[in-house]
Amino acid sequence: MKKLLTAFVGSMALAAAPVAMSAEANKELKMAYDADPVTLDIHEQLSGGILQLSHMTFDPLVRWNKELGFDGRLAESWERIDENTMRFKLREGVKFHSGNELTTKDVQFTFNRLKQSQDFKAIFKPFSGINVIDDYTFELVTSEPYPLLLNTATYIFPLDSEFYSGKTEDGQAKDAIVKHGKSFASTNMSGTGPFTVASRQQGVRVEFERFDDYWDTESPGNVGKIVLTPIKENNTRVSALLSGGVDFVAPVPPTDLERIRNDKNSALVTMSGTRIILFHMNQERVEAFKNPKVRQAIAHAINQEGIAAKIMKGFATPAAQMSPEGYQGHNPSLAPRFDVAKAQELMKEAGYEDGFTITMMAPNNRYVNDAKIAQAVAAMLARINITVDLKTLPKAQYWPEYDNRAADMMMIGWHADTEDSANFFEFLTFCPDADSGSGQYNAGNYCNPELDALVEKANVETDLDKRAAMLQEVEQRLYDEAAFIPLHWQDLAWASKKNVQIEPILNVMNFPYLGDLVVE
Amino acid sequence: MLAFLVQRISQAILVMFVISVIAFAIQDGLGDPLQQMVGMSVSEEEREAIRDEMGLNDPLVVQYLRFAGNAVQGDLGISYFYGKPTLDVILEHLPATLELAIGASLIILFFSVPIGVYAAIRPQALLSKFFMGVSTVGISIPVFLTAIVLIQLFSIGVTVDLFPADTGWGQNLNSALSTEGGLPSYGRGDELTHLFGTWHSGFFSQGGLLHLILPAISLASIMLPLFIRLIRAEMMEVLQSDYVRYARAKGLQPGRINFLHALKNTMLPVITVGGVQIGTMVAYTILTETVFQWPGVGLMFLEAITRSDIPLIVAYLMVVGLIFVITNTIVDLIYGLVNPTVKLTGKKA
Repeated sequence: MKKLLTAFVGSMALAAAPVAMSAEANKELKMAYDADPVTLDIHEQLSGGILQLSHMTFDPLVRWNKELGFDGRLAESWERIDENTMRFKLREGVKFHSGNELTTKDVQFTFNRLKQSQDFKAIFKPFSGINVIDDYTFELVTSEPYPLLLNTATYIFPLDSEFYSGKTEDGQAKDAIVKHGKSFASTNMSGTGPFTVASRQQGVRVEFERFDDYWDTESPGNVGKIVLTPIKENNTRVSALLSGGVDFVAPVPPTDLERIRNDKNSALVTMSGTRIILFHMNQERVEAFKNPKVRQAIAHAINQEGIAAKIMKGFATPAAQMSPEGYQGHNPSLAPRFDVAKAQELMKEAGYEDGFTITMMAPNNRYVNDAKIAQAVAAMLARINITVDLKTLPKAQYWPEYDNRAADMMMIGWHADTEDSANFFEFLTFCPDADSGSGQYNAGNYCNPELDALVEKANVETDLDKRAAMLQEVEQRLYDEAAFIPLHWQDLAWASKKNVQIEPILNVMNFPYLGDLVVE
Repeated sequence: MLAFLVQRISQAILVMFVISVIAFAIQDGLGDPLQQMVGMSVSEEEREAIRDEMGLNDPLVVQYLRFAGNAVQGDLGISYFYGKPTLDVILEHLPATLELAIGASLIILFFSVPIGVYAAIRPQALLSKFFMGVSTVGISIPVFLTAIVLIQLFSIGVTVDLFPADTGWGQNLNSALSTEGGLPSYGRGDELTHLFGTWHSGFFSQGGLLHLILPAISLASIMLPLFIRLIRAEMMEVLQSDYVRYARAKGLQPGRINFLHALKNTMLPVITVGGVQIGTMVAYTILTETVFQWPGVGLMFLEAITRSDIPLIVAYLMVVGLIFVITNTIVDLIYGLVNPTVKLTGKKA
């Protein structure tokens, strides 16, 4: 009897082995983000949520890895042909969800659509065109040498050109990008990604199913189904994880980090992020801010480390520049310079010993602890006799005020879409110019054409070492002149149940590569 | 009756008109919808083009007339976020809110009547005093706190190890104070039954009912104490009245006196207050739905505000206005049924 049983078990194990191999992706993952994707059209809006969706249902030509290098995805290889041209070789045998096969025709279609998209066209401005060589070879051409070509290629998620061509029943072009109202692309999709959208109830839940013909058969990912529920309320999101209702949540608010760390069933992953939080000092509104000494005094009066430790509970990296570590422009010699005595002295030298009164505005639901940070900064400025009249607003009301430059000091957080330092300068410190759109968010009106020229020069420098030196010099000069007050880079945090191996698939861009997720 | 209904319908139209004007007038203060629809790095030029296309640059009066023209044809505009007609969006979310409200109302009904009547009949009993004490505490705890405490106790679970675990009594106390958790803490779950149209119900599956428990208790917690106290006070008054005394003297069964004759008259003011409280209920569903990520109109409205989804905000306010008028009408009708001496139109008999 015992023998028989052993034989039976043995044969069962043998029989089970191949089954286990083929039914690999059979785990279900329930996850909760603070929001669900606003649309299924990945060219309709450039936002973190849409990019997260793109990485689930599409694949880019190349994607960022943890070390901020590039991994080829749909592009198998690439080489620079000349200063303005990069030639890509496309992976063969890749299938779209519709069953169509991926060729350069789809890449060309996607590239042209990106150039039309109101949100993406700015990123693709340096590109003059795309040359299709054959079904699997194409070249991206820029009008000038462009060092960030590969950075931009991470935004090219090829769309199924056949699927998105033609007209819908009511005569609308299927490839139309519609901001307000429904379009074919906002409710239908066909990509090459690991997941397809099985059902979607906006604002309530989205169900993803693994794509059977996914090209990346080497991916370790074993998740067959994902249910994404948006849970806006921080507390509820964390409770959902702790009570076992979901397996994976993001973002995790700083106040709950300890709670999750102490929970024996949950795992927490944190990373220093790349979003800089800073204050602009409006030189057009306040005469004193034109004086570099006053700006430096403020830079000396703010205790970045204190804010990061006390208000952010260690959930932030104190900053003295905009470029985070890993970016080309990151200048390692710059450190926060908190010194109240020095600050008071600088105010005296500038002739503002008695101080002055300013207005300050900050959002109260956009960045982590934004309103508290603003209060702390206001209190710190009081020590050098600057009286602050602070107003905090919900983000929906804050941004119109920001566009009007409605206060003397205004808070903004910025993440570089290109994962590159130049993007910070272009939007936040370039001389504001309504016609060219540069300095669009420079609420300080700081203007130094010399530095702008240096950044422009760096933007056509393909020797990356030389380029890094230029960008670092810009950071140094902005620091010396105290063009703005950097506070910190906001950290990122995700949490999951212990059996969900999220660590390998996370990165500072906050695009979890869920296709590769392993659930034990 | 007919005159009454006509009067009410014209009132409803007036209410909705006023709401739409107010909602339109304050939209500038609600923020810039474009901010939510485009990425940060989109240029001002592009934004202007989109604003023009959406008609946001037209004078407010022109925008209102366009809205009103469509509204009389039953078209309340298209939500910026959902990209479809606002009425459809509201109808999709309404069943969840209605089920939450029904769940909470049932809890209120099942607990407030017996407890209220008992506390009125036996005002000196210990149990009555206990109920009154608890209801005072209950009425003063904000609903979101109740919700968070409930989630901690019954979803996540609490382990108490205050008492020595090696003694029998310590263990018992520990386990008596600890909770298992396990109840769903968010959403409605995935076991919904499709009834008709946009109505997917959670009433017909175990999963759906389990998801309803905590939100319904939270929502009920804010109004249950009020109703207990109201019923108790009214009942005590009625018990002093002549006709109850007469019934007693006549030797009727106490149960019959209390629950048939006295309770009937007690319910009159309770119905009135109940009608008024529906407004409060709407306000509290917003809080409850937010805490429990309950996909109803309250949560939808709150998110519409943070997104400056103005068409949806306007449509929601108008629908809520309509609901108010309808419920008040129904309350008045019921009032007439319970007490035939009440005249609906308020004219002389």
